Amino acid sequence: MTNILEVQNLVKNYGDFQAVKGVSFHIQEGEIFSLLGPNGAGKTTTISMLSTLYEPTAGDATVAGHSVKKNPMGVRNAIGVVPQDLALYEDLTAKENLIFWGQMYNLSGKPLTSRVDEVLEQIGLTDKAKNKVKTFSGGMKRRVNIGVGLLHKPKLLFMDEPTVGIDPQSRRAILDTVKDLNKQGMTVLYTTHYMEEAEELSNRVGIIDHGELIAIGTQKELTKQVGETETLILHVGENEDPSALVSALKGLPNVIDANVVNNEISVVTPSAKDVLASVVTKANERGIKIHSIDIREPNLEAVFLHLTGRALRD
Amino acid sequence: MLKTFLIGLKDLKIAFRDRAAIIFMLLTPFLLTIGMGLVTGRFSSNDNSGALNIPIVIVNLDNDSLGDALVEVFSSEELADLLETTTSQDAEAARALVDKDEITVAIIIPAGFTQNIFSANASQSEEHQVEFYANPSRPTSAGIVKTILDGFMARVDEMRVGGITSVTQLIISGRISPEQANAVAEEMGARFENTPTDSDETLITLNTSTNQTETNEVDMLAYIAPGMALMFLMYTVSYGGRSILAEKSGGTLTRLLVTPTNSMQILGGKVFGIFLTGAAQMFILIGATSLLFQLQWGNMLGVILLVFAAVFGATGWGLLITAFARTPNQVGSVGSAVMLIFAIMGGSFLSTENMPDFVQTLSKITPNAWALDGFTSLAFGGDTASLTTPLLALLTMGILLFLVSAVLFGKKNLVQK
Repeated sequence: MTNILEVQNLVKNYGDFQAVKGVSFHIQEGEIFSLLGPNGAGKTTTISMLSTLYEPTAGDATVAGHSVKKNPMGVRNAIGVVPQDLALYEDLTAKENLIFWGQMYNLSGKPLTSRVDEVLEQIGLTDKAKNKVKTFSGGMKRRVNIGVGLLHKPKLLFMDEPTVGIDPQSRRAILDTVKDLNKQGMTVLYTTHYMEEAEELSNRVGIIDHGELIAIGTQKELTKQVGETETLILHVGENEDPSALVSALKGLPNVIDANVVNNEISVVTPSAKDVLASVVTKANERGIKIHSIDIREPNLEAVFLHLTGRALRD
Repeated sequence: MLKTFLIGLKDLKIAFRDRAAIIFMLLTPFLLTIGMGLVTGRFSSNDNSGALNIPIVIVNLDNDSLGDALVEVFSSEELADLLETTTSQDAEAARALVDKDEITVAIIIPAGFTQNIFSANASQSEEHQVEFYANPSRPTSAGIVKTILDGFMARVDEMRVGGITSVTQLIISGRISPEQANAVAEEMGARFENTPTDSDETLITLNTSTNQTETNEVDMLAYIAPGMALMFLMYTVSYGGRSILAEKSGGTLTRLLVTPTNSMQILGGKVFGIFLTGAAQMFILIGATSLLFQLQWGNMLGVILLVFAAVFGATGWGLLITAFARTPNQVGSVGSAVMLIFAIMGGSFLSTENMPDFVQTLSKITPNAWALDGFTSLAFGGDTASLTTPLLALLTMGILLFLVSAVLFGKKNLVQK
């Protein structure tokens, strides 16, 4: 398969602050590639450079053979962008919005009107086409927002956290739409800070933190980095000070690592059930009250924790 | 170019779907026009059209039939509400009165004016032309007086051409020989000259008492309506400017920048949208006042040109306000303040000629003042030629403001990466 996107040492500086620090990766045609990272990790800045909105401070990227630096218009013709925040004209109807944005992508006449009808069908808003966007629910607006990005049948679709701030039902609908688009052959670069979304959608995942791409691969490849481990999560009270307990836990046999984030203590171990009793005993000895305990098998969250020592939602 | 047009059309559509904007753009100026019309008695049964009392002095050094007719026209009962005419025999003193801003215009009729007009070899030299000496700080009033004078002169010229045509026809028909032409022309001139000016047969008097008084009737609404329309044009351009920043904060500007559309097309489209909305507002108000109040705005081509020029100048101000502001709300607040200040300074409520000198000078920075001069001139029968100064001023204003705004937009990195 050919690479539709190739990113080489992409850097973006804002004064002294380096938002993206030499990121490199590629996306093959037909893939869903997720950039997973917490807020402020550099996901949106990376997408902004790849969509030619920001000029990279250093490095370059090619989209469908067009350099973002040398041929931004070529890149813009090849990509569709679904921004994180809604970017629609609320006083126009759904159809008027799609027609206007289609015109901005050089569509006109019959091809434009038939494509607008197709997209309305695709996002399930045919019967609401003549309603003003301002009368729509948040989820419906999100769907129009996605529809705009699909109008010119882009080779590569950038979706920047499209599910932020919406209800579970709309979120489900959006994830299904992404999967449908991919089935129809569309390549998608999806950014999110929700591990579950990356796990459900992606063929490959890039984990980004503090502007650096710290891991990249399939979910299986990434979880292998953590090893065949499980994570024991202890939820403790707000007034507890678990730092001494964490030090004690690290000394226990079969405990690989232990960390504390807010009121959660993570204990990485080859077998959670084998260390469970001794972990609880240590907590009791230090008078720390445990509210609940979870056992997690390796996942992208664990990978992130393993690589950064922090949880994704930090 | 097409995308610029499409962005402009989209903005026009959005503006006319905003109820609050429609109230400010159309309903408020319309209601204020009615309100001020009622206050000034425009809609009362006795049709009190208001008085301007423009002070002028006529120096009649001709003391012959045409000179006397001109004095008579400017002193007529029909123009009594409009003009405060005095006569003098001292041209220098009359000019001095204008220089001292005590009167608006001095009209100096040279000696031998009538004689020259009726002679077979009429001279075009300056010494035989009526001098129009106007006060530059009172362009509206001066424009009105000039329009009346131009009308009179046009009739005189018509009469001369008529005489020449008559003589030519007599030669062609063989009734006189070319050698007799001079003598016949001089005889015709003498007959006109000897015709009493108050006679019904006098061409000048006839035309003055019909055409000119009709076209020059003072309708206060012809001042109020454009004043209100121009005041709220400033609201419209700041509303348009606000939409540029609203697109930025709403994310649509960013989205436009990742489509195959360059930043100049986007900014051009936004400016075109402001221009279109402003022009639509002005034409709707002009149409409505024409239909409902039978208001005569004057020469159609002149009105169209002036509307476009006024909207262009005002759009420049809208862009400048936007370039300085950081948020859409700031544009709204500053825009409203500028709208009121420009309306007061520019004569939308009270003619600038009744204001102190420094305000009159300051008013020249407002599109309101220039456009009002133009609309007043048109309402009093002026043609497109009478709009030269306001049109040039408004276009220059627009171009300068566009350039400054473009530099400021560039610095703010508004539509550039």
